[in-house]
Amino acid sequence: MADPRELYQQVILEHNKKPRNFGKIHSCTHQAEGHNPLCGDQLYLTLIVQEGIIEDIQFEGRGCAIDVSSASLMTTAVKGKTVQDALKLIQAFRALVRGEWNPAAHGDLGKLVVFQGVKNLPVRVKCAVLPWATLQSALDGSPIASTE
Amino acid sequence: MTYSVSDIRKDFPLLDRPFHEKPLYYLDSAVSGQMPSSVSERMRQYEMYEHTNVHRGVSTLSQQATDHFEKARDTVARFLKASSSKEIIWTRGTTEAINLVAQTWGRQNIQAGDTICLTEMEHHANIVPWQMLSQSVGAHLAVIPVSDRGELRLDELSKVLSPKTKVLALTHVSNVLGTINPIKKIITEAKKQIPSLMVLVDGAQAVAHLPVDVQDLGADFYTFSGHKLSGPTGIGVLYGRKALLDAMPPWHGGGNMILSVTWDRTTYIEAPGKFEAGTPPIAAAIGLGEAIEYLSKFNPQDVHAHEQHLLRRASEGLKKIPGLRILGESSDKVSVISFVVDGVHPHDLGTLLDHEGIVIRAGHHCAQPLMDRFQVPATTRASIAYYNNESDVDALIQATQKSVEMFHG
Ligand SMILES: Cc1ncc(COP(=O)(O)O)c(C=O)c1O
Repeated sequence: MADPRELYQQVILEHNKKPRNFGKIHSCTHQAEGHNPLCGDQLYLTLIVQEGIIEDIQFEGRGCAIDVSSASLMTTAVKGKTVQDALKLIQAFRALVRGEWNPAAHGDLGKLVVFQGVKNLPVRVKCAVLPWATLQSALDGSPIASTE
Repeated sequence: MTYSVSDIRKDFPLLDRPFHEKPLYYLDSAVSGQMPSSVSERMRQYEMYEHTNVHRGVSTLSQQATDHFEKARDTVARFLKASSSKEIIWTRGTTEAINLVAQTWGRQNIQAGDTICLTEMEHHANIVPWQMLSQSVGAHLAVIPVSDRGELRLDELSKVLSPKTKVLALTHVSNVLGTINPIKKIITEAKKQIPSLMVLVDGAQAVAHLPVDVQDLGADFYTFSGHKLSGPTGIGVLYGRKALLDAMPPWHGGGNMILSVTWDRTTYIEAPGKFEAGTPPIAAAIGLGEAIEYLSKFNPQDVHAHEQHLLRRASEGLKKIPGLRILGESSDKVSVISFVVDGVHPHDLGTLLDHEGIVIRAGHHCAQPLMDRFQVPATTRASIAYYNNESDVDALIQATQKSVEMFHG
């Protein structure tokens, strides 16, 4: 088994300690809550989407370092992007943690490649995916996402 | 027999296997206790040379299987100090035993407006069956709170109980905090206040650590699971006082539990058969009997002294780690340590410890109301058994220290 220390890189530890975009937008246009019933992680996402562009996004909740840093990096990655690009990024991220990511097909992932190591820790894939599944729900207009 | 952990460990091949190319440190016996080779060999012998069904007519083979199966029941009866083997019912485990009581005794005796009293430290197995029952009959749940040290607030007992309380269902030992509840004292006090009260004790985490005497405790029902007692999975025990079992309706219907069946009406045999419809897990029951025989070789005082020594060593070592807090500080606890570390989620710690070969549990331990009580999402829990040694505990302390440093570094 790969050493999980390779996954817990500085970027992940740092975003876990100081998550970006942590909070709640009161006048949001989109929102969803995500649950990982297996471990009890919970996440609330609020967004402002105007004319197809994610103007603002914030998250709240509690979870492990993988979950929190994934949410934090996700918000920085999609803020200012079009909804279409965000949906593409969700697919790319899912491919990444399953070990199926291919830059030619899925596009560049920037800093998010730090989550590549999750593919070697099958029990933790759901932690990394939870924020992205929740974002998908929020953009689809369904209020609840679950990893089960 | 002198207590030699290095000799005992020879009975457990798993303790000697490599894990992620490292030694394996098994500190998860509260999840499931390891099974000595003699138990798996006994079950293998049954399956290879003795396998058939029990309580099936005149075949000698079936008679012999029945004898072994019933002998295991006698072993359990002696183990719990029950007054008769007729008070021992085989179930799939603690969970099924509690559901059995809720669905039979409960449905017969609990009405709208009645109260079922539980404690804040219960496992979901001793919450959900009662919640399901109370929702369907219109009863209420009342809860004995837990103190910051992780002990039951017995000063609240008389207030939580009321003339409407029909059941007190509580755990003997907390699977999260390790706390040993003073069951005998609680039952005496509660029954003084409400003489007709029925008390069920969840012994899942107690039997591997403490001698149990159900009559001395004054329990009406007592339950445990074989796999937490170095026995196999799929088998557990419900002890019930004979008078209560006789008055209860059956739960599952089918073969083995009947006296006679006609289209008009079925009559049932007495307990325990009345509650054992269908073919039971025979090899597992025989295996559990063998596990109890294996454990009875040890002097309980030696086991206690050994486990408590390791518990102290682990607690003292872990407490030196900055930001680490142990949940459950009762002076009367079994060798189970739950802890949380500031800024480090238990699941991350669990992943890192797993890689070091340390098997522990990170999660809510099927006790979400207790997690809420302590305002933590989850804990990391190490549980120590009679076959653990100082290297297991030292490996835990070192790996925890190293992982926490990585997070805070
Ligand atoms: C206190 C307690 N009660 C009940 C149970 C449920 O046991 P089982 O899953 O074997 O039915 C457990 C097991 O985790 C436990 O620790």
